[in-house]
Amino acid sequence: MVEVNKGFDPILKRAFSLFRRTSDGFQILYRIIGKGTSVLRSMKEGTEIDVLGPLGNHFRAPKQNQIPLIIAGGIGIASVFPLIRKLEGRAYVFYGARTGKELFMLDELKTISKELVIATDDGSAGEKDTIIGVLNKFLKNRPSLIANYSIYSCGPRPMLEKIAGISAVHDIKAYVSLEENMACGIGACLGCVVKTVNGHKRVCREGPVFDIREIEW
Amino acid sequence: MNLKVKIGSLELKNPVMTASGTFGYGEEYSEFVDLNDLGAVTVKGISLKPMEGNPTPRICETACGMLNAIGLQNVGLKIFLKEKLPFLRKYDTKIIVNVLGNSIKEYVKISENLDGAGVDAIELNVSCPNVKKGGISFGTDGKMLGKLVSKVRDAVKKSVLITKLSPNVSDIRDFARIAEDAGSDAVSLINTITGMAIDIKTRKPRLANITGGLSGPAIKPVAVRMVYEVYRTVRIPIIGIGGVMNADDAIEFIIAGATAVAVGTANFINPSATKEILDGMVKYMELENIEDISSLKGTVGVE
Repeated sequence: MVEVNKGFDPILKRAFSLFRRTSDGFQILYRIIGKGTSVLRSMKEGTEIDVLGPLGNHFRAPKQNQIPLIIAGGIGIASVFPLIRKLEGRAYVFYGARTGKELFMLDELKTISKELVIATDDGSAGEKDTIIGVLNKFLKNRPSLIANYSIYSCGPRPMLEKIAGISAVHDIKAYVSLEENMACGIGACLGCVVKTVNGHKRVCREGPVFDIREIEW
Repeated sequence: MNLKVKIGSLELKNPVMTASGTFGYGEEYSEFVDLNDLGAVTVKGISLKPMEGNPTPRICETACGMLNAIGLQNVGLKIFLKEKLPFLRKYDTKIIVNVLGNSIKEYVKISENLDGAGVDAIELNVSCPNVKKGGISFGTDGKMLGKLVSKVRDAVKKSVLITKLSPNVSDIRDFARIAEDAGSDAVSLINTITGMAIDIKTRKPRLANITGGLSGPAIKPVAVRMVYEVYRTVRIPIIGIGGVMNADDAIEFIIAGATAVAVGTANFINPSATKEILDGMVKYMELENIEDISSLKGTVGVE
């Protein structure tokens, strides 16, 4: 949870995933979508801000015999990026956005992925398709390995919901990092819950990463 | 310096407590605040049976505050007594349990159990704006409120009884008086103010519940006004709640007439807020040469 403002408007901290460690701290990758992120961008370099974390769980790296498929929609790349790095060239990465301008870190992603597949809605970068479209093509072309695949994903909810369908149809293990409006980040306010087969769970505490079969879409 | 205050027969080591629903069951905050430092911990509303709460989105930020419609998700009485209360007992602080029910019978049953389990105080939640049944219908209907408080009063032997008042009424003084007459040892105010926010792109409400309760600094002036009014109406102690973000806010409530203050939304922004507020109050007292915090109570200068 990152403070974006010293005053009361906006008042709440914002939840971000740890994008990358640096020698003296860490980086977050964010898209400006509202008041909080706008204020954050206007902050001067060197401004001290309050950070609470790390909070919640994280993606667990797959076993050696598994073939990781990492699927990122839009700014969802921020939360899967550390996993892609950790897997050091083992991961097939599917990265989609509305338009090429909204794709980040492409050069680095190319070097740290086994294969990088790009898709944009307007075709300005990679294939003109949804990330679900290219994923389906991939699975269709390489069906023999399906038993070894495991999926790790972060992105808009409709995309994750479709991945849940794919995961069920092909019986592929899948883990997703979820987003919800959050106030406290430490499991007290119960604002960020998600409906699971085991009742409401807190995205900030039991998540943000969940087994896709656990979520009630 | 004396920070001790009394809520009915209950003595708190200092006037800083937590507001129900913003502090979980205490354990969530125990790594950020030494709970021994707090005057009291008020835990999330407890119902007879576990409650799932409302669908999401449940919260939404607004100017200088937030709307919430959690819908009283809680573990229920049984699990609370078995799993949550023992943790809190390890600390040298007073335990206040917020209670909610769908009927007078339910309120009585829960209160009896908590009283028997030895909790220090019971706070009747008659003011949650986010559930359809029970709750606020007691807090906005004077007759029902009087009946509820007196029935619970009869059932509770040891625990101090606090009634948490809703600001969503035409005159909160009437309800404070009813609570006092029915035997409540104290009143806490205010609960959240019913509000709404709309996404102008989708033209849909920002909360799944459509409306929610507004909290945070945005509501503080309303809360201070109501504490001021209620202080001049009843003799029982008042716990001031509503946008307490720092020590200055807490002091303001006490000057308006509050005996103690409960910190709510501030816990979300800074999990150590309660302790920082307490430290700031001590500093204020040193600076202003105030020996006893209670000497500040209700000292607002009005002719």
